[in-house]
Amino acid sequence: MDTVIQIQGLTKRFDAALAVDAISFEVPRGSTTALLGGNGAGKTTTLSMLLGLLLPTAGAIRVLGEDMLRHRHRVLPRMNFSSPYVEVPRRLTVRQNLTVYGHLYGLDRVGERVAALARDLDMVDLLARQTGKLSAGQRTRVALAKALINDPAVLLLDEPTASLDPDTGDWVRGYLERYRARTGATILLASHNMAEVERLCDTVLMLRAGKIVDRGSPAELIARYGRHNLEEVFLDIARDRPRVRTAAQ
Amino acid sequence: MTALELAAGRAGFSPRRVGALILRYLYLMRGSWPRLLELAYWPMLQVVMWGFISRFFVTNSSWVAQAAGVLLGAAMLWDVLFRSQLGVSVSFLEEMWSRNLGHLFVSPLRPYEFVIAITVMSLIRTVIGLMPAALIAIPLYHFSIFDLGLPLIAFFANLMVTGWAIGIAVSGLILRYGLGAETFAWVAVFAISPIAAIYYPVSVLPAWLQTVALALPPAHVFEGMRALMFEHVFRWDHFFAAAGLNALLLGAAAGIFLFAFGRARRLGKLMQVGE
Repeated sequence: MDTVIQIQGLTKRFDAALAVDAISFEVPRGSTTALLGGNGAGKTTTLSMLLGLLLPTAGAIRVLGEDMLRHRHRVLPRMNFSSPYVEVPRRLTVRQNLTVYGHLYGLDRVGERVAALARDLDMVDLLARQTGKLSAGQRTRVALAKALINDPAVLLLDEPTASLDPDTGDWVRGYLERYRARTGATILLASHNMAEVERLCDTVLMLRAGKIVDRGSPAELIARYGRHNLEEVFLDIARDRPRVRTAAQ
Repeated sequence: MTALELAAGRAGFSPRRVGALILRYLYLMRGSWPRLLELAYWPMLQVVMWGFISRFFVTNSSWVAQAAGVLLGAAMLWDVLFRSQLGVSVSFLEEMWSRNLGHLFVSPLRPYEFVIAITVMSLIRTVIGLMPAALIAIPLYHFSIFDLGLPLIAFFANLMVTGWAIGIAVSGLILRYGLGAETFAWVAVFAISPIAAIYYPVSVLPAWLQTVALALPPAHVFEGMRALMFEHVFRWDHFFAAAGLNALLLGAAAGIFLFAFGRARRLGKLMQVGE
């Protein structure tokens, strides 16, 4: 399995604050990896650097074999992202928004792509509506449609189900599972939702104060800390409690 | 290789991405009649007011009487500059207000394509805004700005470019300092209005201020307009001075914007901007 995202010694300093502290990790093709950590752990900062929205203080980022600091425009057409902190414009209709983004990503037959996505995401009846007048759940679908408009090979998601009711959250998670299975896309997500991470992710990178303090599959982390679920592991790490010593150690 | 993969490999300028962004602004305009109305409202009001002032001065000022349309022409050309600057700034502010910069700059869109798109929109907004004003002046005051002929294109182009330069520089400031600096978008151009020689010749200014005025393109444009209307000559010296100064101004504005963009990427402002 080849590597799609390679991060080496990535560091971001804002004046005196060290937001991301020399982290290194790799994400294999077709996998889903989570950045898990409390508020201010460095998840969104890491995603922003991966997207090129934020310049790192030090370190290297390679996505799909390209150096993101020097050649990000070679890769951006094959990436996309969604974040509750960056909204899809509210004053345009859903169709208008998706059409604009389809053209920005250089798609052929944008109209057909928008129609297909709308069917796929069960939002055909939303296309003619103004984006700002939709409910939070409907806007999340639109944000997901925008993130998938170019069928990205690399999908970065910042809290993809934040503020959604359990039903809509479950639907989004199911859709992401099907999308990855169908396209072989690589997904990197930042989340506070432990159940979501357990369900979707092959690998979890636990962040605290800008450092990766542990990593492994959800099952490995649960076993390593002698806990029943990822939420308990998260609390152990957030509160700096030592992990359970295993035979291997 | 799919079209998308081909697009992925393309490194250069894309008219399609510029077109996509223009399409976004046209959708915004189409979806809001108050915005369309606002574009034409102020220029028409200006023309109506300056039309009456001109009528008064034609009978009370020997200077204006020599070229009855000089004040109306100046008012319209000043609006070209103002609308051009505002057109750039408002398109940029639309992205700030809608927190859309993050989406735009993780797409393959380049910063210079973004700047080209907002300058094209500025041209569209200026033409939509000024055309009704120019047309109503014909029946109301028997003055047609189009009678200036080909030189009108030279005046219009130079003022558009000055407006773009100010608008791009202001957008850079807003990117750097956030929406707290939004006021610059509405007032920046007025800082040069006293020395732009819009309604009076540069010679009216104190000697030291004349030097400052002539270091800016608008003074040359308005001097050129008056030369054409009073003396019926096209002053190439003013035209070339304005064009040269515009080139410098545009280069400086692009530098300010790119510097601010780089700084925004270092500070993480592209994700954070918004209301």
